[in-house]
Amino acid sequence: MIVRLEGKPIRVRGERLEKEEQTPLLRIKNLTKHFTVGKQKLKAVEGLTFDIYPGETLGLVGESGCGKSTAGRTMIRLLEPTKGEVHYNGIQLFSLSGREMMKIRREIQMIFQDPYASLNPRMTVEEIIGEPFAIHGTLRGKKKRERIKELLGLVGLQPEHMSRFPHEFSGGQRQRIGIARALALEPKFIVCDEPISALDVSIQAQVVNLLKELQQKMGLTYLFIAHDLSMVKYISDRVLVMYLGHMVELTDSANLYDNPLHPYTKALLSAVPIPEPEVKRERIILKGDVPSPINPPSGCVFRTRCPEAMDICAQVKPAWQEVMPNHFTACHLYRQGDV
Amino acid sequence: MEPLLEVEDLHVSFKTYAGTVKAVQGVNFAIREGETLGIVGESGCGKSATAKAIMKLLPSPPAQYERGLIRFQGKDVLKASEKEMQSIRGKQISMIFQDPMTSLNPTSKIGKQIMEAIVKHENISMKEARQRALRMLELVGIPQPEKRIDQYPHEYSGGMRQRAMIAIALACRPKLLIADEPTTALDVTIQAQMLELMKSIQEKMGTAIILITHDLGVVAEMCDRVAVMYAGQVVETGRVKPLFKHPQHPYTRGLLKSVPRLDANRKAPLQPIVGSPPDLFEPPQGCAFYPRCSYAMRICKDYAPKLEKTREGQYASCWLHHPLADKTKWLKEGMAVDR
Repeated sequence: MIVRLEGKPIRVRGERLEKEEQTPLLRIKNLTKHFTVGKQKLKAVEGLTFDIYPGETLGLVGESGCGKSTAGRTMIRLLEPTKGEVHYNGIQLFSLSGREMMKIRREIQMIFQDPYASLNPRMTVEEIIGEPFAIHGTLRGKKKRERIKELLGLVGLQPEHMSRFPHEFSGGQRQRIGIARALALEPKFIVCDEPISALDVSIQAQVVNLLKELQQKMGLTYLFIAHDLSMVKYISDRVLVMYLGHMVELTDSANLYDNPLHPYTKALLSAVPIPEPEVKRERIILKGDVPSPINPPSGCVFRTRCPEAMDICAQVKPAWQEVMPNHFTACHLYRQGDV
Repeated sequence: MEPLLEVEDLHVSFKTYAGTVKAVQGVNFAIREGETLGIVGESGCGKSATAKAIMKLLPSPPAQYERGLIRFQGKDVLKASEKEMQSIRGKQISMIFQDPMTSLNPTSKIGKQIMEAIVKHENISMKEARQRALRMLELVGIPQPEKRIDQYPHEYSGGMRQRAMIAIALACRPKLLIADEPTTALDVTIQAQMLELMKSIQEKMGTAIILITHDLGVVAEMCDRVAVMYAGQVVETGRVKPLFKHPQHPYTRGLLKSVPRLDANRKAPLQPIVGSPPDLFEPPQGCAFYPRCSYAMRICKDYAPKLEKTREGQYASCWLHHPLADKTKWLKEGMAVDR
């Protein structure tokens, strides 16, 4: 959570107050990624601008195809951006050479969605977790083995798992192997791309608790990409909502869920089924499907499904603005300071 | 009132090269006309195998119906011939599956696939069948049905494909619809549309629905009663409201405690269920949940509990409800979920 006093942001994490102004770990400016499909442009990510602070978890939510994974991948240059800048600790990632980028990659890691596809089935656990050391040439031989054992312990696996292959593990255990690999080089920032959506309910909680525990132990910063809003609320400090490649709303997590401003966020939240049969809620059911990012609607991209669309929405793209302190949204319903 | 469908002590196993998998080991439930029954459980707990067994859709070999009874409108399904089954499937009992893309025929027009179901069971002309198909598309909310009826599945979006599946399943007005994870592959806003559609169709046609899902939220919103499955058995069953409020089985309680809630305070830590589900090649001798249960007693290891009435309208299979069991811990921890 961030509160602003006399114009300076002060971050509040739990009960603790951090007085001095924090510099963001990542500054993302106007990040844009287009893909070429035949002769057309698929606008996957359009002008993302936000900061990620050290030690926080920023949740990135949206429906499939909204560009959240592309945004995560482009930010850390797994995909080359079309436009925009990403400053990591003040360094512009997109202007670095391959060799310089390689050095920075030690600090930036990723955990993938599918624990079956993201581990090489022909490598043992030792080889999988040891690969980052080999690539970056940091540890070898006995030291490497020791470190791998340590990492396995950290994610709740046993040292004797080292010689086994991925197929010998369950989904939850595989995801732990993926996490151990991401942690191998002691990163500062991890992009978690739907790390739990392939897992069973009772296992999801185990992995989320592990991620939280590791964050506290190692001071990690997460970008947590997911479509499960209740899990994102639970794990994130702040949440960014995306729709069709655009930023829709950004605020701290409790505030987003208690006081959503954008009609899309409202609909999204009301659509999540709650395991509470006694509670009857007002449902906002959106009509139709998400339009194609090859041919997005003019003006506000959400207007074709928006229950509150006005004439202006078709003509003018709504500006990204801070409607309330630390509560950003892009919608014509709100003018600055007017809620 | 006579139940529409009764399943008693159903046992299904699969013979594989690695041994015999005991996928369903004693499932009991009943569903009345017009009712919605939820079956929840994690992957591999036998919920889909049970559903397919009702339709006799499991190929034998490898599947074997070892024991039990499935009675539909007083008729024993397991004893029915393949010919009799063909007149039941699609006419009396229909099924929709998780992935509409793999269950629709990609080389045949949507309209033709709906008409196929109608012509198979009813003696009507193609022209009439086409009219019925149009009405079905309209009923499930597909825009421009006259145009859409002559399109192929790939021209439909994910949500529309699932609507088309429902149109096919309901074309002959079956008494019972089995929906196997119908919304799992869909986004939340589309899921909300589908759930709403299923509710409204149930009201119009009086169809009973068996809804198989792993999402407790979906159960809470849709179902009248629920059966919780674990390792091939129903461990708890009852009406949704009391069961969510006072779960009687440690597994049900564990599931409810391990999901974060949109309406809950974020600070309450998630309480995952430790470990993972048992190997169904060699299911444990006693209670299948024993290795993961925090209330386990000595008896649980060797003797499997039976499904017994524990409260009004609620049944659970757990030794904790035996008059001689020590319930102190169970009662103390209660359902102290942050509500």
